[in-house]
Parts: sequence; structure tokens; C-alpha cells
Amino acid sequence: MASSKPIRVLVAKPGLDGHDRGAKVVARALRDAGMEVIYTGLRQTPEQIVESAIQEDVDVIGLSILSGAHNVIFPRIMELLKEKNALDIMVIAGGVIPAEDIPYLKEIGIKEIFTPGTPTSKIVEFIKDNVKKD
Amino acid sequence: MKDKDSFEKLLERQKKWEEKTRKALEKRPERCDNFYTNSGIEIKRLYTELDMQDFDYLEDLGFPGEFPYTRGIYPTMYRGRLWTMRQYAGYGTAEESNNRYKFLLSQGQTGLSVAFDLPTQMGYDSDHPLSQGEVGKVGVAIDSLKDMELLFDGIPLDKVSTSMTINAPAAVLLAMYIVLAQNQGVPLEELSGTIQNDILKEYIARGTYIFPPEPSMRLITDIFEFCSRYMPKWNTISISGYHIREAGATAVQEVAFTLSDGIAYVEAAIKAGLAIDDFAPRLSFFFNAHNDLFEEVAKFRAARRLWAKIMKERFNAQNPSSMMLRFHTQTAGSTLTAQQPDNNIVRVAIQALSAVLGGTQSLHTNSRDEALALPSEDSVRIALRTQQILAHESGITETVDPLAGSYYIENLTDMIEESANKYIEKIDKMGGAVKAIENGFMQQEIQDSAYDYQMAIESGNRIVVGVNKYQIEEEPPRGLLKVDPAVARFQIEKLRELKASRDNSKVNEALNNLKDCAKTCKNLMPPIIECVKAYCTLGEICDALRSVFGEYKASINI
Repeated sequence: MASSKPIRVLVAKPGLDGHDRGAKVVARALRDAGMEVIYTGLRQTPEQIVESAIQEDVDVIGLSILSGAHNVIFPRIMELLKEKNALDIMVIAGGVIPAEDIPYLKEIGIKEIFTPGTPTSKIVEFIKDNVKKD
Repeated sequence: MKDKDSFEKLLERQKKWEEKTRKALEKRPERCDNFYTNSGIEIKRLYTELDMQDFDYLEDLGFPGEFPYTRGIYPTMYRGRLWTMRQYAGYGTAEESNNRYKFLLSQGQTGLSVAFDLPTQMGYDSDHPLSQGEVGKVGVAIDSLKDMELLFDGIPLDKVSTSMTINAPAAVLLAMYIVLAQNQGVPLEELSGTIQNDILKEYIARGTYIFPPEPSMRLITDIFEFCSRYMPKWNTISISGYHIREAGATAVQEVAFTLSDGIAYVEAAIKAGLAIDDFAPRLSFFFNAHNDLFEEVAKFRAARRLWAKIMKERFNAQNPSSMMLRFHTQTAGSTLTAQQPDNNIVRVAIQALSAVLGGTQSLHTNSRDEALALPSEDSVRIALRTQQILAHESGITETVDPLAGSYYIENLTDMIEESANKYIEKIDKMGGAVKAIENGFMQQEIQDSAYDYQMAIESGNRIVVGVNKYQIEEEPPRGLLKVDPAVARFQIEKLRELKASRDNSKVNEALNNLKDCAKTCKNLMPPIIECVKAYCTLGEICDALRSVFGEYKASINI
């Protein structure tokens, strides 16, 4: 990963829940792995997340949600990315997401869902393996 | 209590024993070089009477029900009355939650604990754009007095105590409860219950804040004043370490930051002109019961002693009730694993044990499936049974503070008190909890602890059974509770009907009065009560306050 251009990641908290322990731990782990990380803070709308992602020219959006609103909010984010021609940004997600919801979320284009107990090293590895390098 | 000679004799013997043990270690070393509590306090191989040389029974422990309350706030503790088993519940519509509460009450539960959905906690109505996907999910949706009426339909408010986990809009939900009581013909002085009403820990750890600190503190002191006058049995705040711990804090940080928040509320109330003994007896606390059994027991005891001293020495409280730290406990949600979820039953049992050995006044035990979803009914029953087994089968309730005098427990208790006190002094120097929060101090400390904790798991230094050791291949769990998405539509429809049927000129008048009052320094409770009576929605009331107070923007560091 010694390339001159580090991977840029937007860690985002959509939904109304205020639990960002996980988002912050992941953000720091990605940064310690050499990535450039922007954390949005709490309660970002899909519009705000997509706008930040485009403005910050990120390679990856990492969504963290624990409120149970993922089936409503994630599709909206994917729709907006499509509208803005920004589907080259890889979207991954984590939080309290029941296994039965995962196939649907992958179908709409979320590349991977990391559920509770995932080591941060696995997320780092996944990003490094899957971000298209030019 | 030993004389000098016998101490010297003991010291000599202990040195010999250590020498002998050191030799044995060469052949058979211990499992690690150093041992630590869950929070990183170093643990010695052995604690003996030599560790108790500075120990003064009367000064450090005293008797239960007496200052400094280390051994508990009541003289007989659980011999007199068991703790309140209070399970936090609520989801979907007010009607659905009402059914659940009636069921719980029919099973002999006397205390209700209301979980609100996130839009309610954020002061948004169910039809707000930000409420999409959130209505009824993590608790019950309350948009107006109408929903409150449905939520408590058929439940006499003079017969139950109601705890409400509500913070930024606590004044509004309290006002709804007040109007409901008035409509039921229950005098306010008979109402008993708790509102969480702890905004500082929202900024620090839980995240559901609305207004900036200054007007938020005013709302809180207005509630203190109102309740000290009209609702003497109501707990006006539940100063919470629970969420601070969940966000990753250590046991010491949990005690230190919670009590620092407590100090800030007391100071704000005094500054607003209240007399300490008028409001302090109604302050209550809320702590976390984490994994490390002895450390947690020591933590509860240390918190009690430290708060008693703060109230007596710093604030010169005279009424013993002002010095008593009464607390609710919940087992640590963040320790629950999605892997092999049945193991969580065991974790919860150990955590609950610490809360009871630590002298809690009420307890919520988590359900095994909460790392995955809202708990199913089966899981909630096991969680409640865990408390009942502790209460009726374990024997730990038959004497007061059974671990007192343990060399290890007393040392840990001292250590936690001392370390927490250092933090409190540091926060004092920064200008108090509000300033420390604005500077991001506590948030950063907690984040660092959370990161260290995670890294210890990933390096294998900390073992989480089923997660980084003893894993198995598992099928995804079945039977998880799902909230019907129709709840949102139903709730929005109810809102539309309400707005069409109420007297909207009264609504506007009440909201304008509230805004006017917010610009002065008069107590906000009366105009909020008027808004509630006029069937203003929660969102409308909070928007009126937003228009005067503005909204809090958190500074973000990672």
C-alpha cells in the first residue's frame, strides 16, 4: 500500500441513533492503516452523506447504523449515488443489521456488511482488496 | 486495627512467603507478567491485612444507611425490600406498548420503564423527513398528548412508578405525564417515577441532544424547581454513567464523568437560586454493570462514598437524603455478542450479580439477543428470571454488603475512588463538566479507551468467548423481533387527524407564549404544559424552542 495516493474513506452515521463508538473505532483503525478518513458526525441525511462523499472525492463510504432504519436509508443512499453518477464509490456498512436483511442490501449495491464482532483488521483488508486502484 | 507488633510479624511472614513464591515461579510462571482489571487497574497477586493499614472502618465504610453510605443507602438493604426489577420496554405504537405494559403489570411488575423511539428522543414528529425508517423502531412513538393517553390507557398513574428514558425533550414528556395525571384526577404530589433528563451524557456519549448546553441546563433546572414545588416524589434526573461506559469508558471514567456531570447539575441549580436540600434528594443515578465482577462491586461502593463526600463537603448539604447516591443499573449491552448469543445469558447473570452485590436500587437485565435486534419475549423472560434467581435462590440478599472487608474489594474501592477523584479535580480545573465537554475532553478519553479495548481484543490480549476464541460455525439466528413498517404510516395518519381536529388558534397561541417565555428567564414548565394541553405536537414544541435556543453542533475528533 505504499502507493502515493492513499485510499480515502468517508465514515458516515445515517439515521437518528447516537451510538458512534463503533464508527469512531473503525475510523481510527482505517486511519492507522494508512487511509485518509473523514468522519461525518451523527445524524447525516442520505443527501448530506452523498454530497460529502463526492466533495471529498472518497473511494469508500462506510455506513454505521444501529437504529434499525437501514432498509429505508441505505436504498436512498444508493439511489442518490446513481443519480450523481458516483457508483464508482464503494459502499460498505456495519452495525446491528439482521442476517436476513443482508441479501437485500447487497442486491442494492452495498458491497459488504460487517456485523458485530468483526475485527477492524478484516475491514481494512476488505477495503484494500476491493478499492479499484488507478 | 492490628497493633504495630502484629503488623510487623505479618510483614515478615509475608516477605518470606513472597520469597518462596518467587522461587516457585521460576519453575512454574504465572499466566502473564501483570494482571489488570477490565479497566486497567493493576491487580496484585495477593491482598492481605497489610493492604489495610490505612483502613478506618467508621470513616471508610460506616454503617449501612449512614454517611458515607459505602455499605448501602438503607440500613437493611435487601433484607427489607428487594431491588425493583425494571425492564426497559416499548416499541411500535402507543397502543402496542400499552398492551405490553398491561401484561407486565398483570405479572406483578410495579414499575414501568418507557423506551421512546428516536424521533421522539430527538424532538421530531413521526412525519419529519429525518424520522423516515425510525418510527417505532427502538421504542414507542409519541407525537402528542393523544399518544400519551393511549400509552397509559387503563393504567392508574397513582399505582405505578414510571421511568422515562427521555433527555433533550424531557420537559415535554414530563408535561404530558402531568396533564395525563390531571386528567385522571391524580394529584401531582402522588406521582412517582423518573425522567432521565441527563443532557450532559448525551453530549459525551449517547448523542441524542437538541439544544446547546446553556439552554439545556436551564430546562433541567426549571424541571428541578417545578418538581421540588409540586412533585416531591419524582426523580427529576437520572445522572447516567451507563452510556458513558457503553461508549467505551473504563470503570474509573464512568464514575468520574458521571459525578462530574452531577456536580455541574448541582451547581447550575444553585446558580438558578435553588437550595441544595430542596432538590438534591431527588437526584438519582444510573450505572452500568460490566464484566469484571469485583471491579464493578467496588465501583458502585466507591461512587456512593465519593458522592456522599461531594454533597457534604463541597455543597454543604445537611439533609442525609441529599448525600445518598440512589441508582438504577443496567447490564452492559456492549458486552453482548452476536456470536453464540446464548452465552450472553451467563454474562448478564454475572453482571447482574455485581449490581446486587454493589447495592443497586433497581435493575434491568439485558436479553441474550440484543446484539442482534430488539429482544424477543422468550429472551426477556430469561433476563427477568435471572434477577429472580439472584433474588430468591443465590442467598446474596440475606445480609447487607456481603463483600465489605475483603482486602481486595476494599483496595479496589479505594483505588477507584482515588482515581475518579483525580479526574474530577482535572475537570474542575477545566472549568467543570460543561467546559470539559465543549473541549471534547471526556469524549476523547472515552474514544481512546474504546480503541484500546478493541485493539486488545484484536491482538488476543483480551479474550471474548465465541468472538476471538472458541468460535463455532453458526446458522444465522431466527425468531428476531421485527417492527412492522406500517407503524409509521399509522402514526402519520394519527398526526394528520390530530392537526385537523384540534383548535389551531389555541395551538399557535400556546407556542407563541412558549417562545416568549424562552426569551426570558421564567420557568419553562408552565408554558410547556399549556402547549401540551392545546395538543401541540412534540415536534412543534421542540421547534418553538429550537427557534429561540438554536441547536447544538458537536465538534468531531477521531
